[in-house]
Amino acid sequence: MSLSGTLANTPPIDSVGVAERVARFSTRSIKKTSKMEALKLALSMIDLTTLEGKDTEDKVRRLCYKARHLHVDLPDLPTVAAVCVYPTMVKVAREELNDCGVKVAAVATSFPSGQDDLSLRIRQTKGAVRHGAQEIDMVISRGRFLAGDYQYVTDEIVAVKEACGEAHLKVILETGELYTLENVRKASDIAIHAGADFIKTSTGKVQPAATMEVTLVMLEAIRDHFQETGKIVGMKPAGGISNSKIAIRYLVMLRETLGNRWLTPKLFRFGASSLANDLLMQIVKQSSGVYQSSNYFSID
Amino acid sequence: MAKKHSNKLDFDTGWHYDPAPESPELAKLKDSYDLFIDGKFVKPTSGKYFDTTSPSSQKTLAKVAEADKRDVAKAVTAARKAYEGTWSRIRPSERGKYLFRIARVIQERSRELAVTESLDGGKPIRESRDIDLPLVAAHFFYHAGWADKLSYAFPGRKVGPVGVAGQIIPWNFPLLMAAWKIAPALATGNTVVIKPAETTPLTSLKLAEILQEVDLPPGVVNILTGAGSTGECIVRHPDVDKIAFTGSTEVGKLIRKTLAGTDKRLTLELGGKAANIVFEDAALDQAVEGIVNGIFFNQGHVCCAGSRLLVQESISEKIVRKLKDRMETLVVGDPLDKNTDIGAINSKEQLKKIQGYLKVGQREGAEIFQTSCPLPKRGNWCPPTLFLNASQSHRISQEEIFGPVLAIQTFRTVDEAIEKANNTPFGLSGGVWTDKGAKAFHVSERIKAGVVWTNTFNKFDPASPFGGYKESGFGREGGRHGLEAYLNISETGGNR
Amino acid sequence: MSRNSPDKRLSVAKTYKLYIGGKFPRTESGRTFEARSHSGDLLANLCRASRKDLREAVVVARKAFPGWAKRSGYNRGQILYRIAEMMEGRIDQLVNEVSSQGVSPQKALKEVETSIERFVHYAGWADKYAQVHSSVNPVSSSHFNFSVPEPMGIVGIIPPNEPSLLGLATLLAPALAGGNVTISLVSETRPLAPATFAEILHSSDVPPGVVNILTGFRKELLPDFSTHMDVNAILAADLSTKEKKLTEENSALNLKRVVHLPSKAISATDNPGLSPILSLQETKTTWHPIGT
Repeated sequence: MSLSGTLANTPPIDSVGVAERVARFSTRSIKKTSKMEALKLALSMIDLTTLEGKDTEDKVRRLCYKARHLHVDLPDLPTVAAVCVYPTMVKVAREELNDCGVKVAAVATSFPSGQDDLSLRIRQTKGAVRHGAQEIDMVISRGRFLAGDYQYVTDEIVAVKEACGEAHLKVILETGELYTLENVRKASDIAIHAGADFIKTSTGKVQPAATMEVTLVMLEAIRDHFQETGKIVGMKPAGGISNSKIAIRYLVMLRETLGNRWLTPKLFRFGASSLANDLLMQIVKQSSGVYQSSNYFSID
Repeated sequence: MAKKHSNKLDFDTGWHYDPAPESPELAKLKDSYDLFIDGKFVKPTSGKYFDTTSPSSQKTLAKVAEADKRDVAKAVTAARKAYEGTWSRIRPSERGKYLFRIARVIQERSRELAVTESLDGGKPIRESRDIDLPLVAAHFFYHAGWADKLSYAFPGRKVGPVGVAGQIIPWNFPLLMAAWKIAPALATGNTVVIKPAETTPLTSLKLAEILQEVDLPPGVVNILTGAGSTGECIVRHPDVDKIAFTGSTEVGKLIRKTLAGTDKRLTLELGGKAANIVFEDAALDQAVEGIVNGIFFNQGHVCCAGSRLLVQESISEKIVRKLKDRMETLVVGDPLDKNTDIGAINSKEQLKKIQGYLKVGQREGAEIFQTSCPLPKRGNWCPPTLFLNASQSHRISQEEIFGPVLAIQTFRTVDEAIEKANNTPFGLSGGVWTDKGAKAFHVSERIKAGVVWTNTFNKFDPASPFGGYKESGFGREGGRHGLEAYLNISETGGNR
Repeated sequence: MSRNSPDKRLSVAKTYKLYIGGKFPRTESGRTFEARSHSGDLLANLCRASRKDLREAVVVARKAFPGWAKRSGYNRGQILYRIAEMMEGRIDQLVNEVSSQGVSPQKALKEVETSIERFVHYAGWADKYAQVHSSVNPVSSSHFNFSVPEPMGIVGIIPPNEPSLLGLATLLAPALAGGNVTISLVSETRPLAPATFAEILHSSDVPPGVVNILTGFRKELLPDFSTHMDVNAILAADLSTKEKKLTEENSALNLKRVVHLPSKAISATDNPGLSPILSLQETKTTWHPIGT
């Protein structure tokens, strides 16, 4: 796949202007019904994640249980969107979740560094899909990207996309290693061009992870692509979105950048581990009027 | 080439923000306000009061005294006495300390002041809270420090106060304009007689309370409410040494004429019709934000508003599409709602004027676009509006509308953009958007205007001089340069 | 001088003309007025410029403005110094012309010398006033913010009738140093030296249109100077109360700036310094984000 044209459309980005726009999203005051709606929506957008070397099948089983039963006292809550695990855990996650609607996502392609032969990374992707992963979160080769080898990055995404088959592909840009918003925009354009179903900010293993600035630039790339070609691409900020207040700001940003059509787990996800409990606490607080303690929310 | 798709973003259905209003009670208004003369609130000689109403709810907020010639005379006498007796004599560092005190109390009462400003003037609370009030406090704080450092500002020259300053301010930034006028005047050792606009007197009157609270010596600042005739009395009073006016070019010219042949000093900050020039190599999404900020900030009631958009032909379609999408997310409505982006038009009169221009623009053949945001039933409202395919000879491209109305034209070359930008009797501000540094400087240097925002727009800071070229007035406010407006400056001699 | 003596050479009298756009035209009106010596002898017939001459001068000045404003301060300084050099070379002529109209030779010499000093003084300012007046402003947001002076444009100069040459020099030099273009209506009562001064300018590398010199009647032309919509500023000294009021009233039409220099600043040996330059400058403030 040729890159010409893609990067020619990549506009300059002014970081000060982006920060100002972000600050303005943050002044929106979300109260009452609109807050409850936002909290539930955010909950339904979570990719509940465990990506640690010490993960065990048991840990993944508990996470899957939590994904299906968020809070005993609130039976009519939505479920989270997906559980996100390493490829070795796909099988067990899939068994636990069955066909309850919560998807299984696997980080593949030698997550988090991506430092491996492309053939191995492809094989890993195919394996995860074979074991039942419905979504693949791949990483791009940031070293190649920073060295200016955009064609390589394009080709690896095209190859992984092909290996995904029916599974949805989320392309992790690892924006914390791309340094500038212009690089973020460029990488977004490449990923979208190469066939990503979602673009995703971070692995969670590199700081800074998701920021509103980075996410805004990626949303704008998605918007421009949609308006030029009609193709719809999803967005997943991951890492650092730890509480409801921040999550709602992201939703405001999403709404005012891409419109209401994107306000669905089909097109927007939060990659987060602790966000779910904070959202639950807020939901209970909204309905009971009483401030909550984390002791009442299970930590799996 | 951009391909044509009908891929429209949807901002109308689904999740919306519930109203999140500040309580009007926070304004803590009295039923009636008197004139502030010689450190006291006094009844107007005529006994006349007028109502100030909310441009959104249309409710009467308070009764306000109307000052006439006799009240102006009293105020000027008090200001003169204070000038001779105390203000020009106390140590400059003490003058500064009063200003620091004022800044602090403004910070403490900023929520009350912000709510009052939005109630009385119609601007969204987000702006009065996040922009006006912080800048008001910053202006006093900044100028406080100048009071005892004036000799550092003008090396080789000797400076001294002018005397009694008469100041007349507009309704678009009521308290901020009061701060812009009062802070430098006091820091430089002058005393003040100031008149806020007829439709927005309340925050100035609250400022009077604050001046009492900080024990500012009586007569140093006198605040007179009233209409144009009150302002005229101040302009004509023989014992006023300097007039500072912010308002329309029409009134500015009248004042210039009235003062002809007198030795009164004069500074004018008047109208504008700024061009915001967007080149094809600009950071487009940030440029769109700048365009929105440029024209929809404060309902477009901004003398330096970017009311003309000059966009390079090759990106005009894209920019207009992005602009329309962005405009659809702007919330028009209750100024006290924290989610409101565009509040009420300040007065019925101003609304009528804007609506007149909307008709004129369409008659002239420009294509109108307005957003679909629902407007409240009561009150003065105008949705954000674009005029596409405007031409330089259209009135909507030439005249100051002072509302949320943007006239869009295209250009092809740098020279054409500069020529169109400068083809106006105004010269207050301008905007340039390009990622290329050399071009940014080339264009900003050639725009005949006192403030040029490159890759940003409508930014203000007390350290930054502000003021116009040509018919946008003369004199600067803010920064070291702004001090000159309130000082007599002479060369100190030596080896010249 | 006796015209009857057969041995005496008949002197060649000089024709004084206007100076517009780097040329020396006669007034389009064909009118003249007389310059007489202290004792009443006719010295010369001078052009009595009309409003059309002024109009023409404004057109050429407007054309000359961008180029002059864009020149470096260093270059403008050199041209101002060149004017001083050329004046020095014609001291005798200037002194004769000043003294021929009733100034003692000693005072006339002083006037011409001080006029030269004015140009030397402002030659040195041309590349410095911007640095002195400019600032980088410490704003609170992430922006680079700076203010610089820019020339106003076309300045109408109304020097005092007396001292005529020094008055013109004192007003003209700061206007030019600051990058403005000028149209001067010189002294009615002692116009000879100012008119000759135009020839000095002409040989001093001053670009055409940057300095225009009109001789004529203030009463006739002041209303046109002050009402002209393309004149950006008036710099004057010694206007009568009536003239001042009229000028300021008319200036309201396009809000042209009106600056009065006190008469003591004109005749003082000390140069007037920075203030007259800055009085003909606008301050432009530019903002730019600081980011990546």
